[in-house]
Amino acid sequence: MRKHLIIALIALLATGLCAQAQGRRGLKINEVMVQNDSNVVDDYGQRVAWIEIFNSTYAPLEISSVFLTTDSANKKMYPVPLGDVLTEIPTRQHVIFWADGKPSRGTFHTNFVLVPGQDNWIGIYDADGRTLIDEVVVPASLPAGHTYARKSDGNGSGPEAWEIRTGKSGSHITPSSANIIRDTNSKVDMFKEKDKSGLGLTVMAMCIVFSALLLLSCCFYLINRIGAHISKTNKLHAQGKTIHETPREERPDHDSGEEIAAIVMALHEHLNAHDQEQTVLTINKVKRAYSPWSSKIYNMRELPHR
Amino acid sequence: MELSFGDFLLQNLTQFWHLTGIYNATWQHCVMLVVGLFFIWLAIKKDFEPMLLVPIGFGMLIGNIPFNATAGLEIGIYEEGSVLNILYNGVSAGWYPPLIFLGIGAMTDFSALIANPKLMLIGAAAQFGIFGAYMVATAIGFEPDQAGAIAIIGGADGPTAIFLSSKLAPNLMGAIAVSAYSYMALVPVIQPPIMRLLTTKHERLIKMKPARAVSQNEKIIFPIVGLLLTCFVVPSGIPLLGMLFFGNLLRECGVTTRLAKTASNALTDIVTILLGMTVGASTQASEFLTTQTIFIFFLGFMAFIIASASGVCFVKLFNLFLPKSKKINPLIGNAGVSAVPMSARISNNLGLEYDPSNYLLMHAMGPNVAGVIGSAVAAGVLLGFLA
Repeated sequence: MRKHLIIALIALLATGLCAQAQGRRGLKINEVMVQNDSNVVDDYGQRVAWIEIFNSTYAPLEISSVFLTTDSANKKMYPVPLGDVLTEIPTRQHVIFWADGKPSRGTFHTNFVLVPGQDNWIGIYDADGRTLIDEVVVPASLPAGHTYARKSDGNGSGPEAWEIRTGKSGSHITPSSANIIRDTNSKVDMFKEKDKSGLGLTVMAMCIVFSALLLLSCCFYLINRIGAHISKTNKLHAQGKTIHETPREERPDHDSGEEIAAIVMALHEHLNAHDQEQTVLTINKVKRAYSPWSSKIYNMRELPHR
Repeated sequence: MELSFGDFLLQNLTQFWHLTGIYNATWQHCVMLVVGLFFIWLAIKKDFEPMLLVPIGFGMLIGNIPFNATAGLEIGIYEEGSVLNILYNGVSAGWYPPLIFLGIGAMTDFSALIANPKLMLIGAAAQFGIFGAYMVATAIGFEPDQAGAIAIIGGADGPTAIFLSSKLAPNLMGAIAVSAYSYMALVPVIQPPIMRLLTTKHERLIKMKPARAVSQNEKIIFPIVGLLLTCFVVPSGIPLLGMLFFGNLLRECGVTTRLAKTASNALTDIVTILLGMTVGASTQASEFLTTQTIFIFFLGFMAFIIASASGVCFVKLFNLFLPKSKKINPLIGNAGVSAVPMSARISNNLGLEYDPSNYLLMHAMGPNVAGVIGSAVAAGVLLGFLA
């Protein structure tokens, strides 16, 4: 009993840790503005540098107790405070941290600033203060009023996944919103444009459906053969003798149902089996439907026996 | 000016009158109520899929009783927080269909398929009904995602149709679900003429060898290997395939009989009641009585015909490569659609019609359950491509 409890506890703990770790890995630095001279203002009406964080997972993500930092030697520079409901980022949504060095102004105001004219390394560390979740180096050449943003929300790694955004048409600055604004489903648009007749999707989909079921079919064909071989070997072992392998062409096919029925009928006639049933007393074991859930004997203290 | 008692009564009665169904009724509501009554009549009098058409038909009555939607009474199925809306979450969020699949898995015996794995290919071929209908739907002018949601009717699988349409085209879900279940009920009418048309008398008389007995171990391995192989190829099918194979493992492993019984009886019944009723209630006149619905019914009919025909034709093609002793009776080709066990029963009945000693039921069950897997894979493929 104790053993089972310990296993269950370990499994639960591992599942919880995995879920937590998986979720936190989905945090991404998505867009950064170092010199904010004409862009969005904070809740105090000030224009300050900002860092946009994106939840790239498909589940809400609680970010309290992760660390934001601009110094790899000081990984726990700014801990996101506990106890603020706004630190849960909804699915595929963003939050903005104001890098103004004034943490007393609220949860989303960091205790560090971004320095214009030099490379700014920004990192997010997990609650353990050791696991790096995401990082970016904002180049020193980033002009005032421009942002350094991911080309696509949460995607890619390294400098090639990032670009400088000017704020002009086609290069929008998008604080607290997606870096690419889509009003249609790109996949659907692609099929609409490239596969007007639907033939392409039909061919691809039929190939996939056939491959999946063919794979399953082949696999079970193999399992059939292996199973047949094992049962034959077991039979031989049990009989303790070898049997002569009858050539395949000489072997009769399976007896059909009709043949078996005919043999049974013939035996019935031959043995002159009774045609009138005698009175037969049958004693059946009476078994009541029983469930330990309703049993007062066990009352949840014992596990049901197999 | 102070309100007299008489005016007070009149004012309140007028307000109440404005809330009544009689005041808010439109001809569209009446049409939908008649459709609901027709479905109930079909189910009770004609015995067409009563387990589904009674809840759907009655759901139509519930969903189409006119009321003042602007009064904020929180009674409509689309009003957040209403009881119907909470029950409808299983459809809109897509968690009823996987539960139904759990039950299907727990009540399905895959022995026929395991004994003769090549029959799985018939289940795959019949899925052409889905993609054939997809091509027709795009030609008519439906968007690719809408076309995909409509085409899945060809899989002859209600829960799959609801699951996919809730993801790809939620506004068409009511019409798609009603169409899918209606045609499933009409399988005994739709399939036999196609089967007769596409087969010769000689082909209909083909006798297939009895399938070998399948060991318990094979039955246990099947859901595990089935899940791993199909979901590695099509991960988007995990919700449906995962639950299907899980239910089957509960049934076959022999140590979870109680769970398998619950999944295949009580749980399936509960979810079927809720699914049918809420799908019926979601078919509100404004969404249902459109020209699109007519097209959806037409496309659904086409999808069924193509699926049945492609299953039969595939068997005929397959027979060209098989030795004489292992030929497959093409009458089991129609069973590649996943209307379990109705289409297998049709194969059997038609086989018996031409040869009273030719029982095809167990042979047809192979492609039939392969059709369930195939349609779930096809739904996963469409979801992967279009969602």
